[in-house]
Amino acid sequence: MSDHSHDISKHVRVYITVFIALLVGTFVTVALNYMHLDSVPLTIAIALFVAVIKGSLVACYFMHLISERKMIYVILVFTAFFFIGLMFLTLWSMHDFPLHTITR
Amino acid sequence: MEIPFVVQPRPDTGVYNAKVGIWLFLASEVMLFGALFSSYILLRFGASPGSWPHGLLNIPIGTFNTAVLITSSVTVVLSWASLKMGNFGRYRVYQAITILCALSFLGIKSFEYRDKFSHYEVWLNAPITVKHGDKEAQTDRLLGHIEYNGTHPFFWNTQRLAGSAERKDSNGNVIAALAPVASFKLLPDPFHYTMTSKEMAHAKKEAAGHEHAEIEIKASDVKRLSAFVPAHSTYFAVYFTLTALHALHVLFGALVIFYIWGPGAKMWKTDPNRYINRVEISGLFWHFVDLVWIFLFPVLYLL
Repeated sequence: MSDHSHDISKHVRVYITVFIALLVGTFVTVALNYMHLDSVPLTIAIALFVAVIKGSLVACYFMHLISERKMIYVILVFTAFFFIGLMFLTLWSMHDFPLHTITR
Repeated sequence: MEIPFVVQPRPDTGVYNAKVGIWLFLASEVMLFGALFSSYILLRFGASPGSWPHGLLNIPIGTFNTAVLITSSVTVVLSWASLKMGNFGRYRVYQAITILCALSFLGIKSFEYRDKFSHYEVWLNAPITVKHGDKEAQTDRLLGHIEYNGTHPFFWNTQRLAGSAERKDSNGNVIAALAPVASFKLLPDPFHYTMTSKEMAHAKKEAAGHEHAEIEIKASDVKRLSAFVPAHSTYFAVYFTLTALHALHVLFGALVIFYIWGPGAKMWKTDPNRYINRVEISGLFWHFVDLVWIFLFPVLYLL
């Protein structure tokens, strides 16, 4: 068990690093928000980019996806495929009603 | 009968069964939240420019809650690592912190909800003059908290102002009549969400330190009154749907972690490897809940 323990304690350092990165990411997003950039698309792009990075860190390290078995990746490929499909379904339907008609 | 593959990996999948199970479940959760997210995108893009409420949530509180949830996520994975190293005591401490974080998150969230339920928008029949910082402005839409007979009412709406003749119990007996409201006091916010976020920030800054006079509002002048509840706007409908669904996940995740931590901990003595796997599975769910919040926070609070 001792080799194994050594392995795990290495993991613990990674977890702490990821934790700090997540906190930093959060504060970066909030700080950017307080700067009130003129470009709204840029603000959205940066906020989502940081969120994607943070999400990937959680998935890869906390959820151990960085070293998972093939079966789990197969499940996730299907999930990603249908998730993207779901996003495009609403995009396509945007042309089904006149833009800017939702008033409240 | 022994349940197969609770610890040993199944030869064809390469992992123990519960792990395939939780990932399939998480896949379905991705679709659940995905459907709501894509509805949000559709509704937001469809909204007429300037009509989408923004800047109405408390960003410092939301940031703090994000940090609380991230902390709980790291304690979950550290508790699992402690068990892997055979340190049950440390596992107990880390998961206790997780459960406390979960309760704090829910406590803070309900505090935020409470404020929204007593925060209002008033649409007036005719514009009035109000002070926005040092300047005076004409507006027919005001945000703020309401005072009526010394109380701060919750969940009021246009109908409530008219009162109701009677309210009946299940037997049909009249139990109470709500008196109509002739007028109420509004403590107006110095901003409105029809401003850009830059203008809003400026108005808040200008108003800081200034006393804001309460305005007496006659019910007959009110076109519409709504608290910040789902009926207020598409934005709040989306906000409450997504955050309440997420809060339910926090609650149930915490319950599972608590069960394994407390009453279910006997298994550590009888079947430690299976116990570690249970902790890992509940942890995977917890990280997913954290992951959802990582996207919810910027989307609902900041953008």
